[in-house]
Amino acid sequence: MEVNIAIPSDSKETWNGGGVKPFGASYGKMMMWFFIVSDALTFSGFLAAYGLTRFKFIDSWPIADEVFTHFPGLHGVHAPMYYVALMTFILIVSSVTMVLAVDAGHEMKQKKVAWYMFATIIFGIIFVGSQAWEWKNFISGSYGSVKTADGKILQFVKEGHQIALSDFVVNKRTDERVQHTKYNGLWFEKEETISTYSIAQIKEAYQSNSEIQIRSELIDPETKQKVILSREEGLAQLSKTKLVVEGANLEVNEYGNTIFADFFFFITGFHGFHVFSGIIINIIVFFNVIIGTYERRGHYEMVEKVGLYWHFVDLVWVFVFTFFYLV
Amino acid sequence: MAHAHESSKKRIWIVLIMLTLITTVEVALGIVKPPYLHLTSILGTSPLNWIFIILTLVKAYYITWAFMHMEGEKKMAKTFCCLDSSFLNLLFSNAIVN
Repeated sequence: MEVNIAIPSDSKETWNGGGVKPFGASYGKMMMWFFIVSDALTFSGFLAAYGLTRFKFIDSWPIADEVFTHFPGLHGVHAPMYYVALMTFILIVSSVTMVLAVDAGHEMKQKKVAWYMFATIIFGIIFVGSQAWEWKNFISGSYGSVKTADGKILQFVKEGHQIALSDFVVNKRTDERVQHTKYNGLWFEKEETISTYSIAQIKEAYQSNSEIQIRSELIDPETKQKVILSREEGLAQLSKTKLVVEGANLEVNEYGNTIFADFFFFITGFHGFHVFSGIIINIIVFFNVIIGTYERRGHYEMVEKVGLYWHFVDLVWVFVFTFFYLV
Repeated sequence: MAHAHESSKKRIWIVLIMLTLITTVEVALGIVKPPYLHLTSILGTSPLNWIFIILTLVKAYYITWAFMHMEGEKKMAKTFCCLDSSFLNLLFSNAIVN
């Protein structure tokens, strides 16, 4: 139990635990493990909250592969999850380059460590960029929907496939509504972006096109698909519309429950922030490798420590990926 | 640190291949969603979800053991970390009953 005994050490050794190594791990590494365990608890809390909320709204939760359907360069192609899969792969590869950097550090090969660190940073940047792109698609939305006075999202389908508002609303807007800005003399304050189509316009388009049906939020437990309403039922629901929704924000989103988007922004955002911090720390360590700090120190333990953090971020993504996109 | 001093590159590449394969299988299953796995139910959720959760745990094992060198840590440290994470995983699977 020498762990618990204060060992006198000279001042030089104070900040690295004075040579005391609980579990055979150095002070710095031990602290990184403590941080990782506590951060794991934080993420677990978020994911558990997500799971609980989802369970509560399980009869109307948005279906992930209907939400995340974009792939760069493929416009209008239904590509569920391909891009997230690619992002996951990129993060795994960055973990591999990181572990190769640690490995090269054990062999004291400065140049190799620098190159592997560089690759890790690049892959990390690609990942964060991809996440930003996902957010952009999520925020701007692809189909558009309407929200009823009792808070239900209604989407539009044709022959069983979801269609965008712009695909069937062809009639003219009749309410003469234009964006108010303080420059056009209509209003003294700016207002939020008004929807492309008015409620009346959508209703009219629905009534004039018998091929269009309305899809409710509710999931049929038998088929695990969203329930499509009959034309009459659809019209009844559509009459309750109070808002046209295009895209997503923290208050409303076109995919379904508000809290779905809230969790998406919060959890992927928190993870993305971790990746971002990881990139910054990686860059600092990268420059230290280049100027030979660790060569002089005689070991590359700092690379190992930042490696632990980086792998942890990868580990968290594995769970986020499963619970957000797959389950 | 009980680090093996011979280079462990071969293992790293094997782990990369394993992680890639598992992710591919997950995504393929997620897109195809075979009805006999997706629409049936065991232990509160569909077999498909259980497959996803188990595959995720396998990936977590590879990342912590191979990449984070947990296999090189002392037994006590391993026990603490694993107890912690298995407790959390219990929490997950309780909460996420789809």
